[in-house]
Amino acid sequence: MPPFTRLTSRVVALPVDNIDTDQIIPAQFLKITDKSGLAEALFYSWRYHPDGRPNEAFVLNQPQAQGAQILLAGDNFGCGSSREHAPWALIAWGFRAVISSSFADIFRNNALKNGLLPVKVEPAILNTLFNLLKEQPQAEFTIDLASQTLSYPGGQTEFPIDPFSKTCLLEGVDELGYLLRFLPQIEAFETSHVLWRE
Amino acid sequence: MPKTLFEKVWESHVVAQEPGAPAVLYIDLHLVHEVTSPQAFDGLRRRGLKVRRPDRTFATIDHSVPTIRPDLSLADPLAARQIRQLQQNAKEFGIQLLDLDHPQRGIVHVIGPELGLTQPGMTIVCGDSHTSTHGAFGALAFGIGTSEVEHVLATQCLLQSRPKTFEVRLEGRLAKGVTAKDIILALIAQIGVGGGTGHVFEYRGSAISRLSMEERMTICNMSIEAGARAGMIAPDETTFEYLYGRPFAPQGKAWEKAVAWWRTLPTDEGAHFDRSVMLDVSRLEPMITYGTTPAMAIPISGRIPAPETAADSTQRATLEKALQYMQLQPGQSLLGQKVNVVFIGSCTNGRLSDLRQAAMVLKGRKVAPGVRMIVTPGSEGVRRQAEAEGLDRIFKEAGAEWRHAGCSMCIAMNGDQLQPGEYAVSTTNRNFEGRQGKGGRTFLASPLTAAAAALHGFIVDPRTLLS
Repeated sequence: MPPFTRLTSRVVALPVDNIDTDQIIPAQFLKITDKSGLAEALFYSWRYHPDGRPNEAFVLNQPQAQGAQILLAGDNFGCGSSREHAPWALIAWGFRAVISSSFADIFRNNALKNGLLPVKVEPAILNTLFNLLKEQPQAEFTIDLASQTLSYPGGQTEFPIDPFSKTCLLEGVDELGYLLRFLPQIEAFETSHVLWRE
Repeated sequence: MPKTLFEKVWESHVVAQEPGAPAVLYIDLHLVHEVTSPQAFDGLRRRGLKVRRPDRTFATIDHSVPTIRPDLSLADPLAARQIRQLQQNAKEFGIQLLDLDHPQRGIVHVIGPELGLTQPGMTIVCGDSHTSTHGAFGALAFGIGTSEVEHVLATQCLLQSRPKTFEVRLEGRLAKGVTAKDIILALIAQIGVGGGTGHVFEYRGSAISRLSMEERMTICNMSIEAGARAGMIAPDETTFEYLYGRPFAPQGKAWEKAVAWWRTLPTDEGAHFDRSVMLDVSRLEPMITYGTTPAMAIPISGRIPAPETAADSTQRATLEKALQYMQLQPGQSLLGQKVNVVFIGSCTNGRLSDLRQAAMVLKGRKVAPGVRMIVTPGSEGVRRQAEAEGLDRIFKEAGAEWRHAGCSMCIAMNGDQLQPGEYAVSTTNRNFEGRQGKGGRTFLASPLTAAAAALHGFIVDPRTLLS
């Protein structure tokens, strides 16, 4: 997993609440057995008309979105299915962080395991940021993980993250390595774990 | 100190917890399917790891399997390759697999309970958000991503932050024609699709006690649609009666021992919940969704709300976008709304009692001309039972398609899908844009409401068809 420390980037705004993982990546792209081809699948149904032509009105198809690494989205981002293909696709397209007023639990867990930072801000701040981008679509935001701050033209806010995920992201280490260190405890636990089965 | 059901299950599964780190939580049962597992098995191979507890790991094939018959020659090449990959992984890592031709194969959340794999007090995970279904037995059951699937395969454990608790008290008696599906849709409409985020629901109260296990599963299944990490129901006599004699349920002396333990699991008197909500189910009507989230639901006699009533501009834009996608108007009633397809099935409503309800409406009647109706049992076991009762004949004589087990049109990965612009009444769990096929429009409802719509070709109040 690539480490996440500090990121300055332009921002793609998607002011829609409850963007579900079926929108982030439709189920037709879940038949893969690896992680290939996912950048093209990101927001596929919003990026392309049913006949396959690009939807020029959709923000990801517009010039200012190209190269942006931060996504700004409405409340409850990533709800629905547990598919980890959602953060894989966001990362494959080039995103490293998503800002919203809340994230669905499974999406947040999946994002953190792949170096995609969920930045949770107050609903009023989220509105401010959407308005700011309406007026200055080229505005750059800076996310600093160590200090847990998000800076934007004219303001700054702090965001929460649990200390464990923060360390994993800053150092770029994955959780399985940590978990494997507990194998002796797991073995001991299993010998005394009392379900009827034992 | 008095404890909740969740706390008892959680605390009995914590292997270790370091300061500032999530708990190492032991997993009793890991269910696996073809779609969210291939990259996890690849990860094991890369690291040279084995599956730690193949005896606690159980795989099935459900998401992309053709339901006309479970035959890979009917599947698209990518789906077929993915299914073959699971077959190969199961063999290589020594995992039990209910293969394509297995008489018990079915949707992962239908077969777990059916085989008695799902039991009270267990921790259960699967790379599938509807794992919340198994909470109906008093298990702590939740969906995980593919990285976490790899973690569980390798260590039988997960790193988890402790969620908060949320009491959902359901009181009163359901009116005729109102079902478990209507209860959960009403709850989600009330608290919103993010209303349960960070929490584990415990459904309690007199209305829950009266429900069958299959009805309880319908409710727990859609906990995730309110954003909850899991949904649980305390085990009781109904639970024990359901489990007794099932293939993987404890037998003989072990059964007595298990039941004695299960009886200690219900929430203690005076235990604290972080949040609480009450719903009087006696006032409910059949519910139906009108938009593109499960919370966009109204009583069947209700009207679609106006975007102007939304709390802020993003909410208003979200509702406008949903109505634009659905091509529906604010203030409109859904009664009389034309439908093209009716789908009965899924891990929400693909069990025997669901099929019986649909068959009760359809018996001796015909599906309206121009309507395509598909009935997909949740498992091959359900299929056989339904056929033994003659339900398949009722469906076929009415003009519906009678299928084999699978997720089918709920996730539209196996070729069963809506065409752009089509409207479907579906007994499934998600009405997201394109969920049942790109451009398709889904109304979520109970099997009664779905079957009633199939007969008329438009949405009707199913209570008008019940004598």
